[in-house]
Amino acid sequence: MAEAPSLPAGRAIRLRIDSDGWIKRAFMGVIALYLMVALALPLYAMLSKSFVTYSFDLARYEFQVSDESGTVWGEPVSAAALNAQLGKFSDADLASSTDGRLSVTDFFPDFSFRSPVKYRIRGVADNAPYLVGLDLRNSTEWQEFDSNTFRRINLRPVASTGLQNYTEYFSNPVLFSSIENSLYIATISTVLTVIFAFGFAYAINRSCMPFKGAFRLIAMMPILVPSLLPGIALIYMFGNQGFLKGILFGQSIYGPLGIVIGSVFFTFPHALIIISTALSISDQRQYEAAESLRASKWRTFWTVTIPGARYGLISAAFVTFTLVITDFGLPKVIGGQYNVLAIDIYKQVIGQQNFEMGAVVSVVLLIPAIVAFVVDRQVQKKQVSLLSARSVPYEPKPNRRFDMAMLAWCAAMGVFIAGIIGVCQFAALINYWPYDLSFSLRNYDFNKMDGGGWGAYWNSLELAALTAVIGTAIIFTGAYMVEKIDGFKTGRAVFQFLAMLPMAIPGMVLGLAYIFFFNNPANPLNGIYGTMAILVVSTVTHFYTVGHLTALTALKQIDAEFEPVAASLRQPFWRLFARVTVPVCLPAILDISIYMFVNAMTTVSAVVFLYSTHTALASVAVLNMDDAGDIAPAAAMGMMIFYTNATARVLHAFASRSILRRTQAWRVR
Amino acid sequence: MTEPKAEAQVTAAAEEPYLEIEGLWKAFGDFLALRDVSLTIAQGEFICFLGPSGCGKTTLLRAIAGLDPQTRGSIRQGGRDISDLPASQRDYGIVFQSYALFPNLTVERNIAFGLENTRRPRAEITARVQELLQLVGLPEQAKKYPAQLSGGQQQRIALARAIAIKPGLLLLDEPLSALDAKVRVHLRHEIKELQRKLGVTTIMVTHDQEEALSMADRIVVMNHGRIEQIGTPTEIYRDPATLFVADFIGETNRVATTFSGGSVRVGDTTLATQATGFAEGAAVTMAVRPEDVLPHAGGHAGAPLPNHLAVRIEAMEFLGSYWRTHLSSPALGATPLVANFSMNAVRRLDLSVGAGLTVELPAERVLVFARGGDNG
Ligand SMILES: Nc1ncnc2c1ncn2[C@@H]1O[C@H](COP(=O)(O)OP(=O)(O)O)[C@@H](O)[C@H]1O
Ligand SMILES: [Mg+2]
Repeated sequence: MAEAPSLPAGRAIRLRIDSDGWIKRAFMGVIALYLMVALALPLYAMLSKSFVTYSFDLARYEFQVSDESGTVWGEPVSAAALNAQLGKFSDADLASSTDGRLSVTDFFPDFSFRSPVKYRIRGVADNAPYLVGLDLRNSTEWQEFDSNTFRRINLRPVASTGLQNYTEYFSNPVLFSSIENSLYIATISTVLTVIFAFGFAYAINRSCMPFKGAFRLIAMMPILVPSLLPGIALIYMFGNQGFLKGILFGQSIYGPLGIVIGSVFFTFPHALIIISTALSISDQRQYEAAESLRASKWRTFWTVTIPGARYGLISAAFVTFTLVITDFGLPKVIGGQYNVLAIDIYKQVIGQQNFEMGAVVSVVLLIPAIVAFVVDRQVQKKQVSLLSARSVPYEPKPNRRFDMAMLAWCAAMGVFIAGIIGVCQFAALINYWPYDLSFSLRNYDFNKMDGGGWGAYWNSLELAALTAVIGTAIIFTGAYMVEKIDGFKTGRAVFQFLAMLPMAIPGMVLGLAYIFFFNNPANPLNGIYGTMAILVVSTVTHFYTVGHLTALTALKQIDAEFEPVAASLRQPFWRLFARVTVPVCLPAILDISIYMFVNAMTTVSAVVFLYSTHTALASVAVLNMDDAGDIAPAAAMGMMIFYTNATARVLHAFASRSILRRTQAWRVR
Repeated sequence: MTEPKAEAQVTAAAEEPYLEIEGLWKAFGDFLALRDVSLTIAQGEFICFLGPSGCGKTTLLRAIAGLDPQTRGSIRQGGRDISDLPASQRDYGIVFQSYALFPNLTVERNIAFGLENTRRPRAEITARVQELLQLVGLPEQAKKYPAQLSGGQQQRIALARAIAIKPGLLLLDEPLSALDAKVRVHLRHEIKELQRKLGVTTIMVTHDQEEALSMADRIVVMNHGRIEQIGTPTEIYRDPATLFVADFIGETNRVATTFSGGSVRVGDTTLATQATGFAEGAAVTMAVRPEDVLPHAGGHAGAPLPNHLAVRIEAMEFLGSYWRTHLSSPALGATPLVANFSMNAVRRLDLSVGAGLTVELPAERVLVFARGGDNG
């Protein structure tokens, strides 16, 4: 019994990989590749773009001018020297963008295109691009032109890398103030949403008030509409012609006020779900202990309830903060002149075609999103450990006064949420606000408006269906590979990281990254730019993480010994996957698909950069119609999205219930 | 006392080895879960891995199954080196503590899982499933779902599924520990019967000594990732190789002492032993099982006989078939000697608390173990 207690030298034994192992690795490889192409590479392209600046480098060009006869040539002179002589362009003037052009005639004040004088141009450095008409030249040889051609020559900027974009961004007070604005809006909205949602969750979990089911349903409604819809309702209520304008006492709804109210509306259900979960796992026994110590209700609330829900509150706060700071639709509709980061990206890219600056703003916007993401992950881990501790669920006791107070609180929130949707519905159904309040379906005649018409709606439906089906298949398979493959630790860790990443990437940033990556002629995937395919890819990627986590949770609940058993029975893994794993996880799979569907219907931020004329989408149409002043049709389109998502949710509930009924034989114990 | 062991070795060697495990080590990071485990199992044997929780039984079983490979060492099954083969290319059936029955498939489909997909005609599969259900005594349950069965029934379905493909080796990881005591005793017997009928080489992991003693042909006692002893249940019980084994299986009285001239001293009494191989004056632990303490009528005159101790009864506890008795003796100091006396002996010798008597610790039943190290 006295042999040396240390491991003998040698290599660790590794099992040979069987065909199953190879197939699993291949599957995971394909999905990892998908995430690389759809996420990592575009982000990389964007990041590197943010460090690129374009400027005209005049020292790279030399000119020679002939006399009137066109035969005798003067001394070569560089463009830089001419500019110095003329004092024409400052360094700031010479900063440019990808599309910049600088006419060479600017260096020759006496230039006339009718003169017989001839001109020569050459590059003195390797890269000295210029255009002759539309023809790009880049040569160190002298090229000779008559004056009529010479006036059509334009210098092109050259790229250099560095921090110039960032220094420019942070020294631009207008752009910089957007950071302040974004933080301000997000902080206020977060505080309000978390308080409101906490009250609501508290009422649902801790009181005996009536109508809990109805309130839950109402609270979830904002998820079914685009984030910009509350903006439209607010315009109807408090806008220039709003029927409730008076109660704002001269405050304008356009700006921070509108953004905050709308943000509370659309983030409310997200915060509610998280806080409600946290409250529902609290332990009855702690309350009994507090009661036995004769602690007052108020004291119990602060010493038991709040600490018990703290992870939920922190998590809800960060999720809400991220949703608000990365949201684009709402400030676009109701922000007025109030600039926020997400709007800046849009303006830089769509308005000024300054893609590099758009990339810089995106990187800035990534920071709060990533911080929120990291904090949320830490907190979630802690909460899971709370959950696994065996606790007795809290059973509220009736208390008339308290229950009525809670009912009042929920009713107020319910009126707010249902009111916003109701106003949109009302606006969509009347003829002409505020002059003709008669009923009409005119606003649903989208083909008469700009924005894509009914085609946009059908496109959205197609996008949502494709996203639900393809996305769910990819996400569930990927999660299965991560959870159930044996060995291959590093590969799985990389995959898991890629799968978690989308949650930290705001939609605007993803969309812009896609422009950089896919709208590049050198990219073999350039072909999908402007098609439905890129919309599907971006949407699946944008909402990947939540689906992935849902799938992982379901898979973790399956007995880990199924795979070993199947292997010992010499059955391939896919047989187990098809006959056991998928059927057992069907409820989770349906949850993922409805989540993908609803989000694909409502999303604006990523796709707003990626749609083309024949792939216009309903959510983007709401934005564009609002932009064009067609607010009522915008509301109508928003309501179309609402009807569609509500129907999908109802169908989903039916499908889930019928599956559960059909399979309950094996579920009940 | 050495004969049965020699005999067992002869029988084991006579049959051709089916599973040969050679120098197995398993490291989880710095932690060694298996340390130099070597073991040979004959065709058709029923082997139990027995040891306290966390001693590495499951780890060893999973290495044999190819689920979590050993870090060093080799495994041969039926003459084939399977050390680095994946699970799907090995030849075994396995039953886990959780049974791992597929919840959405009926009992029938569960058992047929390994038979389908093998180009067997449907009728043959159905017949085989029926045969297996008969075999495990559940012919009526084919159409039910696992959740509708009791724990014991689920257990048997899992067993039927594992043997459906006629594996060369059956691996059972604590198959009975999730069941209540009554069902457990019943199933013990059934599993053993089934194994005898099928003649399949079987390894069962358990931490329950009774289970191992009643079922196994041979028991592998493990501790801290090491094999302490391999032997038949009687060998393990009657002739434990280490103090750990003596303690883990059954009960022992133990006294720290020194070895001298083939004997150990307890107080002023010399106990002859049959132990050999200890140096003169070596620090040893003497151990004797409660049932090996033989009572004799008390108070005889003259010098104490060898291996006899004068004791007093401090406490008696009636346990049905015997009396558990705590004895004190000046020779033993503060530690009481525990003895199990039969009802007959108690009646015959008229034993009661406070009585004095002489007990004999027969030389062949006095076990001696080296002291020191983690088994001291
Ligand atoms: N995957 C693992 N990683 C780290 N340690 C492990 C792992 N699996 C088992 N161990 C450790 O190895 C030891 C033996 O475990 P195991 O073989 O499961 O014991 P048992 O004898 O109870 O079946 C235990 O201390 C356990 O903590
Ligand atoms: Mg174990």
